[in-house]
Amino acid sequence: MNIVIASGKGGTGKTTVAVNLAYVASREGFKVSYVDADVDEPNGHIFLKPIINRSKPVELLMPEVNMDKCIGCGKCGEICQYGAIVYVGEKVEVFPRLCHGCGGCYLVCPTGAITEAPKKVGVIESGITSGDEPAGNFPFYQGILNIGEVSTTRVIDDLIDEIPDDTTLNFIDAAPGTSCPMVRVAQEADIVLLVTEPTPFGMSDLRLTIDIVKELKKPMLAFVNQYDIGQFNELQRYLQLQRVPISGKLPHSRGIAQLYSEGLLIGKQLDWVYKVFKELLDRVTSRIKG
Amino acid sequence: MKELVVLSGKGGTGKTSIVASFSVLAKDVVTADCDVDAPDLNIIFDATNEMEDNFYGMKKARIMPGHCIACGKCEEICRYGAIYFDGPGNGRYPKTYRVEPLNCEGCGLCAYFCAENAIEFKENLSGKLYFGKSRLGNLVHARLFAGEENSGKLVAKVRERAKAVAERENIPLIITDAPPGVGCPVISSITGADYALIVAEPTLSGLHDCERVHQLLNSFGVPSGVVVNKADIAPKISRKIEDWAKDNEVTFFGELPYDPDVTLAQIEKKAVVEYKDTEVAEEIKKLWEKLRQIL
Repeated sequence: MNIVIASGKGGTGKTTVAVNLAYVASREGFKVSYVDADVDEPNGHIFLKPIINRSKPVELLMPEVNMDKCIGCGKCGEICQYGAIVYVGEKVEVFPRLCHGCGGCYLVCPTGAITEAPKKVGVIESGITSGDEPAGNFPFYQGILNIGEVSTTRVIDDLIDEIPDDTTLNFIDAAPGTSCPMVRVAQEADIVLLVTEPTPFGMSDLRLTIDIVKELKKPMLAFVNQYDIGQFNELQRYLQLQRVPISGKLPHSRGIAQLYSEGLLIGKQLDWVYKVFKELLDRVTSRIKG
Repeated sequence: MKELVVLSGKGGTGKTSIVASFSVLAKDVVTADCDVDAPDLNIIFDATNEMEDNFYGMKKARIMPGHCIACGKCEEICRYGAIYFDGPGNGRYPKTYRVEPLNCEGCGLCAYFCAENAIEFKENLSGKLYFGKSRLGNLVHARLFAGEENSGKLVAKVRERAKAVAERENIPLIITDAPPGVGCPVISSITGADYALIVAEPTLSGLHDCERVHQLLNSFGVPSGVVVNKADIAPKISRKIEDWAKDNEVTFFGELPYDPDVTLAQIEKKAVVEYKDTEVAEEIKKLWEKLRQIL
């Protein structure tokens, strides 16, 4: 079962909820995995401290041009929608940063002057978490986009292929925002857990997120972080109207912020927080069953 | 004309609140919100009577079920897994192929190679660009429709528009609020900017993301400095970021304190420096002075 943890706004506590929920579920005896799909800035590893035992490159096929065979027909440039290959001044110019690796130029080249070679744009890593309680450890997966590359969704697609099957509770940490990277991950969800905060920015981004998850027809639950810092009543009313139940909340707390800042699992360090996530887990699992 | 870009890698470090305050302090400025996925600056700017432009991103393919002969060529060549064999039947074939728009990256190969000309490949309205004036000056922002591709291209449009406004009205400065992450829209936000301010938070996640975003800035040749927001939440890690900055020859602009007034200002739709004379407002003013001199 795939539980996708999402938020429109960044920094609302998505990763905190994902890693702690995975940890608590593992302690409660569930078969669990954690998948970090925020491939631009994956941070789950800071809290789960995985031992990585497998690393698989994410590759895009990029065109390479043999000018000896080129007859200057310009078909490669015509089919490319990304401006990544052009024929100018009797030369074919390739711009790897713009290339999406669709293979169009390679397919239309009438003389076989274009071949394709893989270029590494990221990596998929897998391993197991390394906490000191054996019952609290579980498989860990993350995608990492190489700096300077733009193929975020390609890394996500390869990562999605690694997600364990339905017998495991997979906690998937999505990218912030509402565009392609977030939607690709949300498509895989059995349930989407929205992490939000009761601030104007938080609520504005939450609205956009709920709209897209509704379009995907996925069931939703909400978790409110720092519920006591802003306009909780307004947030509650809005979620009620949208029929998205609030399945848990945490207050603003310096203690939590400090543990988080040092990369510690708040659910492991604080008993009362463990209980908050245990309750959240119960609600998530009963929602999936229902 | 100078362009300052404010970014953070990690979301939620306080970037947007700081940008709004800079816009107040700079006075003669065009502000560009490049977080086209989840734009928030307009909540503070509260601009009315804005103009809007349509944004056409990548073209998108659509299979016309009546013409499809279910040969499967499109599915074979699509590298994005966007073609599904679950389209409606058409009398001759019980099922046809279908393009899932959320997965389509707009390469157009399916349309090009379809022997039956059964695939349309058309312009696709994928967002809106807004621009106008408010009490905080000119704001350009945009909204990419949910699930759409090509936020990088829309970001480029936002910056183009901001430059055009600045040129027309003879405004010497553009402040750009970049989206989180290090991918396409972030790259599009930083290329050619004069200076970048990284807003970090004092957490190991914040430091990790700050390092990645700094690598990105370096590879695009944009000089940068870092400020730690909410520093007093974890002074030890704030010091770690300071050490990291020294080791990497990144200008360290010091620290901003955590202050609940930042959220209260947001609720009042005000920039932090407009809201109250707080310590954090004072520190933002000092930070702005330093940046102004660099620019």
